[in-house]
Amino acid sequence: MPRPKVFIARRIFQEAIDMISAEADVELWPDELPPPYETLLQKVANADGLLCLLTDKIDTQLMDAAPNLRAISQIAVGFENIDVDEATRRGIPVGYTPGVLTGTTADMAFALLMAAARRLVEGAEAVKAGKWKTWHPLHYLGPDVFGGTLGILGMGRIGLEMAKRAQGFDMPILYYDVYRRPEEVEQQYNMTYAPIDAVLRQSDFVSVHVNLTPDTYHLISHHELHLMKSNAVLINAARGPVIDPAALYLALKEGEIGFAALDVTEPEPITMDDPLLTLDNCIIVPHIASASVPTRLRMSTMAAENLLAGLNGVPMPNCVNPQVYEK
Amino acid sequence: MTKPKALVTRAIPQEALDLVADRADMEVWPHDEPPDPFTLRRLAARADGILTNIMDRIDGPLFDAAPNLKVVSQMAVGLDNIDVDEATRRRIPVGYTPGVVSNATADQAFALLLAAARRLTEAERWVRKGAWKIAFHPLFWLGAEVHQATIGIIGMGSIGLEMAKRARGFDMRILYYSRTRKPDAEALYEMQFVDMPTLLAESDFLSLHVPLTPETHHLIGADELTQMKPTAILVNAARGPVVDPSALYNALKGKKIAAAALDVTSPEPIDPDDPLLSLENLVVAPHLGSSTVTTRTRMADLAARNLIAGLDGRPLPRCANPQVYS
Repeated sequence: MPRPKVFIARRIFQEAIDMISAEADVELWPDELPPPYETLLQKVANADGLLCLLTDKIDTQLMDAAPNLRAISQIAVGFENIDVDEATRRGIPVGYTPGVLTGTTADMAFALLMAAARRLVEGAEAVKAGKWKTWHPLHYLGPDVFGGTLGILGMGRIGLEMAKRAQGFDMPILYYDVYRRPEEVEQQYNMTYAPIDAVLRQSDFVSVHVNLTPDTYHLISHHELHLMKSNAVLINAARGPVIDPAALYLALKEGEIGFAALDVTEPEPITMDDPLLTLDNCIIVPHIASASVPTRLRMSTMAAENLLAGLNGVPMPNCVNPQVYEK
Repeated sequence: MTKPKALVTRAIPQEALDLVADRADMEVWPHDEPPDPFTLRRLAARADGILTNIMDRIDGPLFDAAPNLKVVSQMAVGLDNIDVDEATRRRIPVGYTPGVVSNATADQAFALLLAAARRLTEAERWVRKGAWKIAFHPLFWLGAEVHQATIGIIGMGSIGLEMAKRARGFDMRILYYSRTRKPDAEALYEMQFVDMPTLLAESDFLSLHVPLTPETHHLIGADELTQMKPTAILVNAARGPVVDPSALYNALKGKKIAAAALDVTSPEPIDPDDPLLSLENLVVAPHLGSSTVTTRTRMADLAARNLIAGLDGRPLPRCANPQVYS
């Protein structure tokens, strides 16, 4: 029996590439930039399996171009780049990597929260630039993290990890989600369920942890920013388009909120002429919330496991569309 | 009766200035940078009380120049800029502001820990200079895991305890070394007392929370850095001279440890030409441990109340050398 053919759309941990190479003929896209869409269409023409990322568009046309495709394995927890319904219609299982990045992402969201509150980037830049001349009682003052009210929008796995981290800082927690957490969880983490407007109005820190869906697109826009405290800090380590960037710029510029700390932007990468980059009260890191060595290694091997399962015709350990196995 | 004269060596929150002005003829040094020692002695010449900051040198010559001085009130928890023994010999009470800074300082230390682990300031600078050209790559910007890692805390005073509490929320394993064991806190935060070699060898993050004394000067030097993991991250939000800066430079440069995050340096401010500043794996903040609005307001309030008590001849609410009263 000939070995299956696999296209891997970006360099991942070698351990995972080795796992796949043991069972399949691998073609690895070596560039740091993603393959252009036209190139991707050519690369999948003979592929039985595809390992892809959020930045690769996997749609009907691509599936048409890949008649042999029987496994799509995404190395990410989100999959908004993939037409999953179309894959399901064609009986192609789609794998993803949930769970592993929960703690790492919450760590980054909390890092952003603290860096924003304590004006860490600004302070570190001043030191590097040789502008640290003296200690002064009134310089670089920020809000207290300790005891501040943390508002969490989206109380999924990552939201709950945020709540847990906030415990060590004695932060009262307000949260909104379409699903309310059980009472014992609310008590354990000192959290109060509230309407979204109340969360926005009363929180010193608002951290967004929702999936990107049509319902959450620009969830935070003019109205919501206007409700927030004038010294509030907004954190987004979810997805860029959850926040309306033009509204955020205005709110930061006009002092409607105090600070924003973003791991994600709209678009990504952010364009260099984006006005958010001109602000002193906004920090932006390049979508690195899951970027720890253990997490990315685990994501790589999980994606390899999903891919190999798909090629072998056994259920993927982590499958977005398990209904393909019901037929 | 004429009002006593008070010198305040830097602008501080207005509420505290109002308290002092109500009780004394107050002079406030208006500049951002501290008065040089000569100017400070001249300003203090007729002062009955002085409200100081960590950048002011309060020593024998200053006391000689200020014959009326009845109280020194420092707006800080550390007193390494003040010759407290000399003050005690002269029966001058020295006030300070312990307790009120613990939460803000632990927050700052934890902020630095997280920033260093996740390369936050470096990544931010990279975005700002326009280098973010690839939306996402699985092998870019990999940092250290914070949750479930091992944190080693040296010095289990009030700030060390607050660090341990914060580390719990990140499910970290906590080791500590301190002059005094804290059995209650060991149970509360599930932390373990170990000797220094164990602490150095096992910690993924090493956070310093000791006062600066002759015993803690260069507590972390070349020997200690060599014993740390090559993946370890050092956090210092205590006092700069607790770490030997040239040993730290060599360790960071030679990748003996992965990164360091400093809120304090030696000297302070750090020389802009200091080779440490050329390193990518070092974050330096300009001594912001207590820099929140609430904390600085509380520190200034306590410093003002210490000062006024000293001017009134009453015991200071928080006195570093209570033996002056015995």
